[in-house]
Amino acid sequence: MTETISFKLNGRSISLSTDGERMLLWVLRTDLGLTGTKYGCGKAQCGACTVIVDGKAVRSCVVPVGYVKGKDVITIEGLAKNGKLHPIQEAFVKHDALQCGFCTPGTILNAYSLLLKNPRPSRAEIIQGMDDNLCRCGAHVRIIRAIESAAEEMRRR
Amino acid sequence: MKEDEYIELDFSDITTDPNLTRREFLRLIGGGIIIFFSIGDGSTVEGRRRGRGYPEDFNAYLRIGADGRVTCFTGKIEMGQGVVTSLAQMLADEIDVSLQSVDMVMGDTTLCPWDMGTFGSMTTRFFGPALRAAGAEARAVLIELAAEFLQTPAERLATENGAVFDKKNKAKQVSYAQLAKGKTIARRAKGKPALKKPSEFKIVGRDVLRRDALEKVTGAAKFAGDIRLPDMLYAKILRPPAHGAKMRSVDTSAVEDVDGARLIRDGDLIAVLHKSPDGAEKALEKIKAEFDVPQATVDDETIFEHLLSSAQRRNVVASGGNIESGEKLADIRIEQTYLDGYVAHAPMETHTALAKVDGNKATVWASTQTPFSLKDQVAEALGFAQQDVRVITPFVGGGFGGKTSGRQAIEAARLAKLASKPVQVAWSREEEFFYDTFRPAAVVKIRSGVTKAGKIVFWDYGVYSAGERGSAQFYDIPHHITASFGGWMGGSGSVHPFATGPWRAPANNTNTFARESQIDIMASKAAMDPVEFRLKNLRDERMISALKAAAEEFGWTRSKAPSGRGLGVACGTDSGTCVALIAEVAVDKASGHVQVKRVVCGQEMGLVINPEGARIQMEGCITMGLGYALSEDIHFEGGKIVDVNFDTYELPRFSWVPKIETVLVEAQGTSPQGGGEPAIICMGAVIANAIFDATGARLLQLPMNPKRTKQALTSGTHDVQNLAHA
Ligand code: FES
Ligand code: FES
Repeated sequence: MTETISFKLNGRSISLSTDGERMLLWVLRTDLGLTGTKYGCGKAQCGACTVIVDGKAVRSCVVPVGYVKGKDVITIEGLAKNGKLHPIQEAFVKHDALQCGFCTPGTILNAYSLLLKNPRPSRAEIIQGMDDNLCRCGAHVRIIRAIESAAEEMRRR
Repeated sequence: MKEDEYIELDFSDITTDPNLTRREFLRLIGGGIIIFFSIGDGSTVEGRRRGRGYPEDFNAYLRIGADGRVTCFTGKIEMGQGVVTSLAQMLADEIDVSLQSVDMVMGDTTLCPWDMGTFGSMTTRFFGPALRAAGAEARAVLIELAAEFLQTPAERLATENGAVFDKKNKAKQVSYAQLAKGKTIARRAKGKPALKKPSEFKIVGRDVLRRDALEKVTGAAKFAGDIRLPDMLYAKILRPPAHGAKMRSVDTSAVEDVDGARLIRDGDLIAVLHKSPDGAEKALEKIKAEFDVPQATVDDETIFEHLLSSAQRRNVVASGGNIESGEKLADIRIEQTYLDGYVAHAPMETHTALAKVDGNKATVWASTQTPFSLKDQVAEALGFAQQDVRVITPFVGGGFGGKTSGRQAIEAARLAKLASKPVQVAWSREEEFFYDTFRPAAVVKIRSGVTKAGKIVFWDYGVYSAGERGSAQFYDIPHHITASFGGWMGGSGSVHPFATGPWRAPANNTNTFARESQIDIMASKAAMDPVEFRLKNLRDERMISALKAAAEEFGWTRSKAPSGRGLGVACGTDSGTCVALIAEVAVDKASGHVQVKRVVCGQEMGLVINPEGARIQMEGCITMGLGYALSEDIHFEGGKIVDVNFDTYELPRFSWVPKIETVLVEAQGTSPQGGGEPAIICMGAVIANAIFDATGARLLQLPMNPKRTKQALTSGTHDVQNLAHA
């Protein structure tokens, strides 16, 4: 059923009229043109579609857009501020924490919520927190390193 | 060592040329100094030449524009392997410009000349030398022009950072931009221009960060599914429940209930289009179809028997001496059978394409490793002339061999033509598992013998239905024969029940698992340390150096297996590169779970262009290889693929990843070899050998999942079924 859905997207208030049961992933990618959020499995099994809702990582392929009404949504496009990369993005570049780059937006946003919850994670906590994000290219070692160094940098700032 | 050549990929024959005239072509790319060259990887085979307006037999070119920028146009593609960076490095060094002044235009069938495709670790290996030669040629042209411009003899001139200068008076100089301005000079790289020596490189051999990283961390990088066109529609296509299934009846009447859904039917292609992908999905669910599914005759348990009985054609890959004489010399004889299941490519980006048809011209944006053969396939499907189809390859979200098949792009093109609107086809994960061209399941049978002193004296090797890449052994064995039985590409009429195809280092994972397991069994029976045993039987200097490098880095100490330490070793060769892995594992005896704790990889890959890039590829191989070694196995019943998503088909995760250390063996004088695949080939054997060292149990079938490991722990060896000799 078509309804008006308003929420905050990457810092801006937006309002759109659509069926609230549609999955957030498709609304972001199609209606809002934010293609940084990726489809990998559609069943909450890979993490490619991860976005941040009220500070928490969610899998937009299984979250209806109606759920984010009045909430604060951040996608990969909203992470850099005023042309300046977020420390996690910077660390991913610096540590070469990507190959094909398809899992990268979801991986970065999952790490973002992880560091929000726990600014000082141990290596084991990083591994545990990232375990449900799949990367077929095998960039894992560097992703862990990037998250460690981003955590350090974020504490310093 | 003989280079492993990449063979058996089937490309449809290409006969028509696009009709750009030479002048049109030069105008299209905007003039400047242009050097055409040939990659020499077989891409310019007679009859496959492209571009009547182009000089003959080249498949890449570079241009120095009036802005001083250097652009390389090639049909190769970037899919995560980092060539967009390593190729630019080589070019920058050879032409003497900064890395930032180099642009790569890749995988566009109109802008780039014909290319065979991106696979087989060939890009750096074959492309590298040709690209460097073209760069050197360009520099020679620049010096020629500068000699005239500066009124100075060419011998007195040198190049640096985008300019030609007088060696005697450095202030007297002219930039490449100035030289290229207003000119259109086209040359063909030929002969042997003076290449730089490795010691002169400023960028090659240095660690540089990936050039595409910025776009990829901000979400700006465009993959095929991210391209948006006005009025485009998203398609969902009706699929059969199993390969070989025939549709009995279909009722599409309820599609109309979904607002905005449009039904397209063209023969067996039944699809719904919608302005959103989820809308199309919803409409597809309204279609009621019934299929007749043929009775399954094989499944993932019985497939091996089937492979042995159907893979008849025998092809001797290598042989020497006489097996019978070898058998007489042996004190210990070992006969063993190794099995390997079907494995999916499972790139995180599923096969995706967007197609747009205007009149009798089509443009397709596709996630593909082979844009040029795809172009011809699309042309054929649409009944268009080949030159009227353009394939553009945006970033590709992982390929691993799986994106050499372009079915999704043909579907998108057909639908776009029928609907007269741009159409995107993006496969669901379920479709990706269904239409994947799996790595073939295989059987390997080996008989071998060794003396009490630890010398291997005979080797009788047969691989069934996997392919021969990596099957030829590289030990110093006087009496040996290696044979490959049956083809490995799947599809109708083949021994495999569904499509199979190249998977990162095709066949080599299977062959290396079998060979290096057998070598380990012999070492153990001869009561020798497995590293020492290999060194004793190796002559190949490059392999020896890779193994020694790995052993040293690991801190290997001698012991015969099983030592209880959980250490394993395996060697292999692929794409001209020699690789040796040493691993440490922990085996949980109660659950059969294997945790790989540490992997050290020694690699001799000739001249290393970008050491950091090479290490990333090695780490990627080791991480990805954990999957086929420990968990990945396609379950099927006849043509029905049981695994449809990542819940049952398990990919390696963060918690699986060991500590990984990589050593690149210095080999400056030799040409660069492949790096995207070699390290993955040892993962099966190195883990199997480490499990044996930890527990005394020998695993003979991949993947070594907990169930099989547990079974091996109780019986001493995982029973690989009693397979008859073929
Ligand atoms: S696409 Fe949402 S978790 Fe995979
Ligand atoms: S970088 Fe390719 S899937 Fe992670």
